[in-house]
Amino acid sequence: MGWFLLPFDNLLCIVLGISFTVGFSSLLVIVVPAVLGVSIGIRRLYMKSLLKVFEWATVRMERGAKEKNQHLYKPYSNGIIAKELSSLEQEIQELRASGTTLSSEPEFEMADIMYFCRRGVESIVDDEVTKRFSAQELESWNLLTRSNFNARHISLRLSVLWGLGLFIRYSFLLPLRVTLAASGIGLLVVLTTIVGFIPSGWLRTYLSEKIHLMSYRICVRSLTAIITYHNSENKPKNGGICVANHTTPIDVIILANDGCYSMVGQIHGGLIGVVQRAMVKSSPHIWFERSEVKDRHLVAERLSNHVADKTKHPILIFPEGTCINNTSVMMFKKGSFEIGCTVYPVAIKYDPRFGDAFWNSSKFGMVNYLLRMMSSWAIVCSVWYLPPMSREEGEDAVQFANRVKAAIATQGGLVDLLWDGGLKRGKVKNTFKEEQQKLYSKVLVGDQEDQGEDRPQEDEEELEEEDQIEDRPLEDYTPRPLEDCSLRLQEEEEERGSETPMKDQ
Amino acid sequence: SGSNFSTITVCRELHEMGFHVSHSQITRLYSRFTSLDKGENGTLSREDFQRIPELAINPLGDRIINAFFPEGEDQVNFRGFMRTLAHFRPIEDNEKNKDPTASEPLNSRTNKLLFAFQLYDLDRDDKISRDELLQVLRMMVGVNISDEQLGSIADRTIQEADQNGDNSISFNEFIKVLEKVDVEQKMSIRFLH
Repeated sequence: MGWFLLPFDNLLCIVLGISFTVGFSSLLVIVVPAVLGVSIGIRRLYMKSLLKVFEWATVRMERGAKEKNQHLYKPYSNGIIAKELSSLEQEIQELRASGTTLSSEPEFEMADIMYFCRRGVESIVDDEVTKRFSAQELESWNLLTRSNFNARHISLRLSVLWGLGLFIRYSFLLPLRVTLAASGIGLLVVLTTIVGFIPSGWLRTYLSEKIHLMSYRICVRSLTAIITYHNSENKPKNGGICVANHTTPIDVIILANDGCYSMVGQIHGGLIGVVQRAMVKSSPHIWFERSEVKDRHLVAERLSNHVADKTKHPILIFPEGTCINNTSVMMFKKGSFEIGCTVYPVAIKYDPRFGDAFWNSSKFGMVNYLLRMMSSWAIVCSVWYLPPMSREEGEDAVQFANRVKAAIATQGGLVDLLWDGGLKRGKVKNTFKEEQQKLYSKVLVGDQEDQGEDRPQEDEEELEEEDQIEDRPLEDYTPRPLEDCSLRLQEEEEERGSETPMKDQ
Repeated sequence: SGSNFSTITVCRELHEMGFHVSHSQITRLYSRFTSLDKGENGTLSREDFQRIPELAINPLGDRIINAFFPEGEDQVNFRGFMRTLAHFRPIEDNEKNKDPTASEPLNSRTNKLLFAFQLYDLDRDDKISRDELLQVLRMMVGVNISDEQLGSIADRTIQEADQNGDNSISFNEFIKVLEKVDVEQKMSIRFLH
């Protein structure tokens, strides 16, 4: 039997040898520029070639569809139905104008119900909020099954291409990327701990900056992230707060790749906790214990103190509090805007053609998400640094927050929404329904209850800037994705805990 | 994924119902249906609807949700979902498919009016009693109008509509009251093609 195994053994050796050589040289080609802070341009070339392949794939699918005399499913980012954006009063008046109006006040018509009915059904077919919490649909196919709606139209040639893509992604790109990520994080932990032993001073700060930047550069390459930074003259400076829209935990890596920031968040257990504790040894990040997070004053105090110290890096905060799918910007929590320092807004827009970066935390856990990221083609995004903003005279924190949000939305080409991103998890408060009822009552009986409120007549489309969610504690500062992750783990553990007694039986 | 679903079968069924939708519209609505279906079991429960914030703040949200569920059932499948939505298709689209032998389409003026009527008719006994009208009015106005005022509104409405003196509004009386209202336009949703 020995002679049978020998050639096979040889073959195995050869295969292993080749993969190691290829793997190692790729690593070198990627890591060395990362350490030195140089870019060769491999990723951009890769991106251009991929685009050509995708276009070809879409053309093939369209041809296939035409042969069968059908249409390709094309998603419309503008919505499914045409909605009229008129107010409640306007629409009810229109309803009345066409009906009989013989009765004296108060004016009620049975036809009024149709307004609420149509509005309700419209929101069932297409609403502004729930679609922000799932990945965006693509116009053309990018050879990933996860984004394909036209499976019927795939020809043999296309399937082969897809299979090839699958092979490349999972057997070459994925292991390479995982190795890179592991080295990046490992280096970060080890080097920051070492630097932590150096006494405070310019050397420590200098080394810490270099180490952080290097590690983030390696991590960026591990995701094959192709980032274009615009308007770098507006980059956040010390003593300020950097505010950005939130799509994925990777946002942090994307931004920290180009500058040094102090992170804010809750300290976790596990691997993330290890990284957090190491990072804080060499540079002043702001980590909170879980109990401290609820204490609003403590949080505000620590942030203010950090900001007052001009030697410390700008704080990075995501005021939406949760991941949104990068088609819109949702309500900014006002906490960061109350501190009273300069705010540096940053808009991040991902190009979903190469891999959707959005983390749907209700569908995927963190590990699953990272695997998906690392087996996509690439993560392509644009980062715009917007001119710094400060709170103006007579502007309260909420108005300031909305102003910043509007600026970010305009720059990133995102829809500016007033809805709270927390509606992903929580139920909307009853007060909003009560507002609708109030508006309708006014139409019925007129403006009898004029309590002399200073607030101007609000359009029904605008929502109050208080907590929109029922029974939610104040968690203005915690980057929610990390919290989501630990909550999920907790839930899973509880489930497992309740399952085992059954198993024993 | 969206197109695994047999849109051809659903298309045919809907055409028989008088609901003429294109493939892309069905795929789009199916995509919407699955995104609402958090339990991923092919049906929607009332909670799935209530998760839509814009619907949750609609004063008649619960009544509208109820319209999707047949009597006594807690789950609605895609067919049922489409069947209910069929009422809201614009009437002018029917002009292309004039078939005198076909049954009345779901989006006819009468059927749209029936949909609105059933929002009022809480116990599904084919008439709107004073009590039912009061309850629905209360849903629409919340706490902002007193019981007496609301009562007189209800009384006046029934007085104007009731023709056979049974102190409730039947479907035919309802149709008469709304004969001048542009039901076709107010109870229609336009799809972007």
